[in-house]
Amino acid sequence: MQQEAVLALLAKEPAHAYQLRARLDDALGPLGEGLNAGHIYVTLGRLERAGLVVVEEPCAAPDRSDRKLYTLTPAGQERVSQWLSELSWPKPDLAEFHLKLIAAAGAGLTDPISIIGAQRRELLRRLRDAQHAVMGEPADSDASLLLEGIVLRLQADLRWLEACQRNWASRRSNHRRSDQ
Amino acid sequence: MTNSSLVQARALRKEYGRGDGLVRAVDGVDLDIAPGERVAVMGPSGCGKSTLLHLLGGLDRSSGGELWFHGRRIGQLSERALAEMRRKEVGFVFQAFHLMEELTAQENVELPALLAEVRPWAARRRARDLLERVGLGDRAGHLPSALSGGQRQRVAIARALVNEPVLVLADEPTGNLDSAATLDVLRIFEELHAAGQTLVIVTHDERIGATADRLILMYDGAFVDETTLVGGTRRSLSTLIGLEDSAGE
Repeated sequence: MQQEAVLALLAKEPAHAYQLRARLDDALGPLGEGLNAGHIYVTLGRLERAGLVVVEEPCAAPDRSDRKLYTLTPAGQERVSQWLSELSWPKPDLAEFHLKLIAAAGAGLTDPISIIGAQRRELLRRLRDAQHAVMGEPADSDASLLLEGIVLRLQADLRWLEACQRNWASRRSNHRRSDQ
Repeated sequence: MTNSSLVQARALRKEYGRGDGLVRAVDGVDLDIAPGERVAVMGPSGCGKSTLLHLLGGLDRSSGGELWFHGRRIGQLSERALAEMRRKEVGFVFQAFHLMEELTAQENVELPALLAEVRPWAARRRARDLLERVGLGDRAGHLPSALSGGQRQRVAIARALVNEPVLVLADEPTGNLDSAATLDVLRIFEELHAAGQTLVIVTHDERIGATADRLILMYDGAFVDETTLVGGTRRSLSTLIGLEDSAGE
């Protein structure tokens, strides 16, 4: 996850690491389960070294990292505004898969249809997991909106794989016909 | 039938037309469905998946091959016995709901029970319980025209269940529904599955397909791929959106 996401969670008000962690958990629901518990501390340490946050420590217990209060610096605030206005979108790697099929067919190493089938089964299992997570979330949770995005994205990928399957199956049968 | 399948098909075929116009809608299908299993069939329009569903439910007769249902050979049943089987042992859910517009939700659900000679008071009680179960207890007196698409489909599901069928067949059950209503239907199927109901669902919707135990892909009347999905990936969902591995960058 991007450091900026953690940084932006501080924009509302200064916070302790455990509070940021709770905000992330609310936003991500079951998707946050894979996050390492120490991840937030590592990220905050980096942000501090980069001069984007400053830390206030109560002098009574300087050794306890969970007492640290993190605040955005002016540079941190600027980075957050910049991040919010950036137009970025994760790109699925369709080209790599496409080239894999073409290379496999060209070299006669692996049947493209079996590559498509394996990929399809993997995506279906992911969709199943995501769909079960959706069904387990209350409809008004923040995480269910994110899960809906994941489900729609997997559906789009599966539809493309269906097009791949049709296309490569018809190439194969045309090839057989021309052999006869 | 020698095994414990609820449905067993061998080299099942359905053809329409003849000569150059011959269409092999179902072209040599082998299928075993275990009691309690949830099977989804996907494939492009015209691949034969709806025809297959009609054969399984006895709405249509095959042109060849063999089909056993609940211990009986369907091809050998008389029209009357087939109609009785459809009425009492199979529940159908369709894309377009097929509710009687002049009957209330409650009456729509009761009707197949009355036709199966269930006593009126028992039919009424079953219908009320089922409407409650699909979350429409407070809509029992509404006409279909006063219900949303999602609610109508839930009435249709309640109707499909009223005679406690051993098999529920659904043909594009979410084809006319928006995302939220699709989720309602999925939740109901999930509950039915947990209660041991055998389900066969024909669908275009990958979300429905992915939640089945087994997903069959059909092209040109034949099965081309079959995936067992029970258990999912057993991996953290976070890997799907790249939330993991970032701490170590």
